[in-house]
Amino acid sequence: MKLARRIYALSIIPIISVLLALLVGAILIIVTSPASQGELDLLLPIKAYEALLEGATGISFLNTDDGALAFAFSIDPDRAARALTSTLVAAGPLVLTGLAVGVGFKAGLFNIGGTGQVLVGGIFAALAGAAVAEQPVPVAVTIAVLAGALGGALYGFIPGALKAFTGAHEVVVTIMLNSLAAFVIIGLVNDIFKITGPTFARTADVGNAILPVLFGRDGNVGIFIAFAMVPLAYFLIYRTTLGFEIRTVGANPSAARYAGMSPRRLIILTLSMCGMFAGLAGAIVILGPSLGYYPAVFGTTIGFAGITVALLGRSHPVGIAFAALLLGGMNAGAPAMQIEADIQREIIDVIQGLILLFLAMEVVIRRLLRVRAESIAPEELQTVSASYGQGSTT
Amino acid sequence: MDFLYQIPVLGFVFQIVGYLIDAVVNTNLAPQTLALATPIALGAMCGVMNERSGVVNIGIEGMMLTAAFVGFMAAVIVDDAMPDAQPSAFFGFTPALLVGVLAAIGAGMLVSALHAWMSISVRADQIISGTVINIIALGLTSYLNRTIQPSGSAGTFDSFHPPEALVDLPIVGWIFNMFLSQGPITMSVIVIVIILQVLLFRSRWGLRTRAVGEHPRAADTVGVNVFALRYRNVILGGIFAGLAGAWLTLEFNASFQNGMTANRGFIALAAVIFGRWTPIGAFGGALLFMFSEALGVAIRSNPPPGDLGVWLSGIQASYPSIYNNSFSALPYILTIIVLAGVVGRSIAPAAVGQPYVKEGAH
Amino acid sequence: MTQIVTAPALEMRGITKRYPGVVANDGIDLEVRPGEIHALLGENGAGKSTLMNILYGLATPDEGEIALDGNPVRIAGPSDAIARGISMVHQHFMLIPVLSVADNILLGEETMANPIFLDRNEAHRRIVELGKRFGFEIDPEVKVGSLSVGWQQRVEILKALYREARILVLDEPTAVLTPQETKEIFEVLRRLAAEGHSIIFISHKLYEVLEIADRITVIRRGKVVGERVPSETNEDDLAALMVGRNVQLIVDRGESHPTEPQLVVTDLRVADDRGHQAVKGVSFDVRAGEILGIAGVAGNGQDELVEALTGLRKPASGTVELGGRDVTGTGPRDLQKAGMSFVPGDRHRFGLILSFPLEDNLVLTQYDESPYSRGFLRNDAAIHERAKQAIAEFDIRTPSATVSAGTLSGGNQQKTVVAREFSRKLTTLVLDQPTRGLDVGSIEFIHKQVIAKRDEGAAILLVSAELDEVMELSDRVGVMYRGELVALLDAPTAEREEVGLLMATGRRDQAALAEATTSMTADLHLAEGGAQSPTTGSDVPPPPPAAANDDDGSPPS
Repeated sequence: MKLARRIYALSIIPIISVLLALLVGAILIIVTSPASQGELDLLLPIKAYEALLEGATGISFLNTDDGALAFAFSIDPDRAARALTSTLVAAGPLVLTGLAVGVGFKAGLFNIGGTGQVLVGGIFAALAGAAVAEQPVPVAVTIAVLAGALGGALYGFIPGALKAFTGAHEVVVTIMLNSLAAFVIIGLVNDIFKITGPTFARTADVGNAILPVLFGRDGNVGIFIAFAMVPLAYFLIYRTTLGFEIRTVGANPSAARYAGMSPRRLIILTLSMCGMFAGLAGAIVILGPSLGYYPAVFGTTIGFAGITVALLGRSHPVGIAFAALLLGGMNAGAPAMQIEADIQREIIDVIQGLILLFLAMEVVIRRLLRVRAESIAPEELQTVSASYGQGSTT
Repeated sequence: MDFLYQIPVLGFVFQIVGYLIDAVVNTNLAPQTLALATPIALGAMCGVMNERSGVVNIGIEGMMLTAAFVGFMAAVIVDDAMPDAQPSAFFGFTPALLVGVLAAIGAGMLVSALHAWMSISVRADQIISGTVINIIALGLTSYLNRTIQPSGSAGTFDSFHPPEALVDLPIVGWIFNMFLSQGPITMSVIVIVIILQVLLFRSRWGLRTRAVGEHPRAADTVGVNVFALRYRNVILGGIFAGLAGAWLTLEFNASFQNGMTANRGFIALAAVIFGRWTPIGAFGGALLFMFSEALGVAIRSNPPPGDLGVWLSGIQASYPSIYNNSFSALPYILTIIVLAGVVGRSIAPAAVGQPYVKEGAH
Repeated sequence: MTQIVTAPALEMRGITKRYPGVVANDGIDLEVRPGEIHALLGENGAGKSTLMNILYGLATPDEGEIALDGNPVRIAGPSDAIARGISMVHQHFMLIPVLSVADNILLGEETMANPIFLDRNEAHRRIVELGKRFGFEIDPEVKVGSLSVGWQQRVEILKALYREARILVLDEPTAVLTPQETKEIFEVLRRLAAEGHSIIFISHKLYEVLEIADRITVIRRGKVVGERVPSETNEDDLAALMVGRNVQLIVDRGESHPTEPQLVVTDLRVADDRGHQAVKGVSFDVRAGEILGIAGVAGNGQDELVEALTGLRKPASGTVELGGRDVTGTGPRDLQKAGMSFVPGDRHRFGLILSFPLEDNLVLTQYDESPYSRGFLRNDAAIHERAKQAIAEFDIRTPSATVSAGTLSGGNQQKTVVAREFSRKLTTLVLDQPTRGLDVGSIEFIHKQVIAKRDEGAAILLVSAELDEVMELSDRVGVMYRGELVALLDAPTAEREEVGLLMATGRRDQAALAEATTSMTADLHLAEGGAQSPTTGSDVPPPPPAAANDDDGSPPS
């Protein structure tokens, strides 16, 4: 009972935020229906969200075959298997970028550099994978994945070291590093690592380093790597002394120093770890069965989505896993929605942005709906934004 | 002159300086730089307005993108409604373009108002508020652009053509060329920057703005309304982000593409930091950043003479992509260097990022 | 002194202000006459600041009324108060360091050349003129951040005068000043009063109040408990009023049996945050089984000394030995392992993580030691067990061990710190302001624990700005003045007056006595180049960082 109340207090604001975002998304779909359907269609959101749900889970609750809407609950097992597989595949990287932000919050750090760390992790994995393409699968995969983690960690180390030793605020530094990574990697892939053959610039195939498919069309090892990080992160943050140090420095850097901890070391360590998570995300995307190489033109929004995932999951590893499944499901269902309801898939980005908006507005939601709930923003976030105007942390 | 280039090391410097002077004075490098710097500088003015009053704004990118889309759509709609309107001789003004600019400004202010409300009243985390704006702006404009698929275009503003005699003046002609051979939004930048600089440091509004950004409680105790001033400044800052968006779709391009701001909002943020939160400094940062970009293009078509040219042409021939992207990456590297205090530290207004809570209002 | 009776400049009648669970002001009456320096005396938390916040429009009273010159008024907010001629010099200055003196003074009351632009020339002229009138020359162009604390206070006073304030409230104005700066400010205040300004002087320092005030109102627990005229009262009388009983809290400290020197400090020099030398060659030792008290006016290098001893700040030179081992420059962790415990002065900044559960706070400095950790893992069971034990042993009033530390009262928070630091294996104990801002019950409890530790054989260094506390607990008393240890006395024989004199002047001869008692003519100069005031010299230690202020009955948020 006590646990149930606690889960309610923790999850009510995220749930309301998602519902409100879907509601606003529905209004947007209705308003734009004259452009997308040629006429104003008040029922379009239902069709769209049904297609989205079916694309993500295989569950259908509408029968639209004869044009009219009729409620008809059905699950096609094959469709469900395919849909859930693609949801898991989409959720994997989001778990990791969510952790890349959420673990940072625990140390009072706002890692906006997920995007850059994903790219660097991706290119490291692609190059390492190409180098070990001929090795046995377990060896090749392990090396390529670890290379991705290392690349991301290195790219997280930079803002960490800059913050620890010069006081440069990690938010601005990581924003700059995001753009920098994109430019540098495009240049390198186009001019140095490009292989001849394909019609577009890309790195060599990773061969045996491609993540083995274990189930369905593309249900690959990457999913397990990603979700394995959830208990690992939980254990690290809440069960180890290092985790206690990280949480202490996030809550009160002065007290951490008094208690004999080294805020510098913890800042560098935590941001490197955040980078490692994001780098792993890049690795499992690049090494995934649908790619297996690094294309010069590679854009991704999973870095920024990590912020939404982390806040939606209340910076708790378990919450982050659920949030990633939700957002992953949306991403996986979006193509079905585009095909079946003729709604452009970018609506998903809008809805995910709206979720973040409503989460940020939690104070208002709580006041309006009179819900008793715990605050969503991690305490440590105050350390983050308040330090923006100050030179140094320690 | 050639003998100067023969001196070891120093000759290399002479070559670079000589080439730069030649490029600035005799080519279109200067006006191109100013034009490219326009959205950066305008975005940076939005940033200065926000951060000087104590509100972090990393949502400039999203504000610009929204304004670019709204301005473009408004112009197209008016253009469709009034197909017979003829461009005026003055910058090629048409009713459509004028409405487009006003709509872009309105959009910029509206998004800024959201940011102001989130940051000041809701007291949400300001970095998250900016992120929300970036994510929603990119998603929403892309969604609407694909759904509506606007056809046609309202064209662009014309550049002003200063008298040939002025441009051809020796030594100073390029300056006239730089500031006068421009469209209306680009020309307005220099005026906006100077006005903001003077107001920020000489007016009552400026004093109060700086006070509110540094120590809002101190300002409050002498009767300055912190909330009202922050609201006003953040919303007015939206005008500049709006103009930057208008420049993208109504002056520089005649169309809208998804994500067309292409990180300009983030370079604007960099310019704010680079310019130490002053309008003139941020403008200088924008010019410097875009000069490197424009120079990269200029060198490609017109390589410098001597060893330098051979060297650069060599790099460019072997590594064209690295060559091009290096110039684009430069602003970010420079900003990180400045942030790290390698060449003099840039320190933000002290209260930036902290929502103000009145005393006793627990 | 006789007062001409006129309508009071300010009259506050029956002011009552309630916060959840506390009555901060309970029917307070206050009357301030024109040209009067009126002291408001009371302990931390007595309700002084709440009353002044009400006067300044920062808080609304639940009951009571305010009259200015006999006319009832309702003060809506700071701007309203300013418009009515009330100005406030806050304890934590409301100055903006990066702005110039002139800009700080102008803010909110700008002198305009036209509707848009400031008239800085005219403003400068007025500021310089105003300064001269009250005995100091000030450069309006200097950035406030580069001024010494004493000069910053003058800028605050100029701010009030620029607004033509008639009633000037100064909240603990001397807390951060050196004795010399205090004298200078008093001179300014006397001139202001002579010109007809009314001054409300908030303080809990008895001798200051006796020196400067025309009348004294004493409040305790939100109520006025007495009104006095300095000529008809003395420190003992005021202290009894302020605390509500005989202040000489008698601690049964028994006999001490000191043995070997445990903490030995030799010629220690420490720089402050701005690079100035704050501790200038201090040497002393603390023996096992004794309490060495360090007295001194805040800001005379005690903070830097404590930070250097506990590993939070690297000393510039000198040595620190702990149990015969050189530990100079080692970090907090190594010192803790070597047997040192430290109760920091600012428990909110250093001693506690307010958002963490009480049980985590109880192991904050031992979290990685057995049994609270096993290898790299936390042992939650042991931590929980320890918390239950500490709560019982130290009488920490809390609903459970898992509530966050921020929800506890100040006294219970400090008991938490004490429970943690006193329970570890220790040979040396450094106590920095261990009872600041606490209620009397908690103070007594903590004092007893300190004596118990001494009797167990710990070497204890007690640093406190509360002279009474130092005198009561210590076996020996050292006095810090301008970064130096100017005296080391045996507590049982030391006279309180003698120590007070040392604190104020660094000397104890007849000349010092004269200096401390006679009012000096102002010899105030321009702060050259915007650096420190020449009257205080460039080597004067700066003020301590803003201290955690438990003042007033406002509830913990």
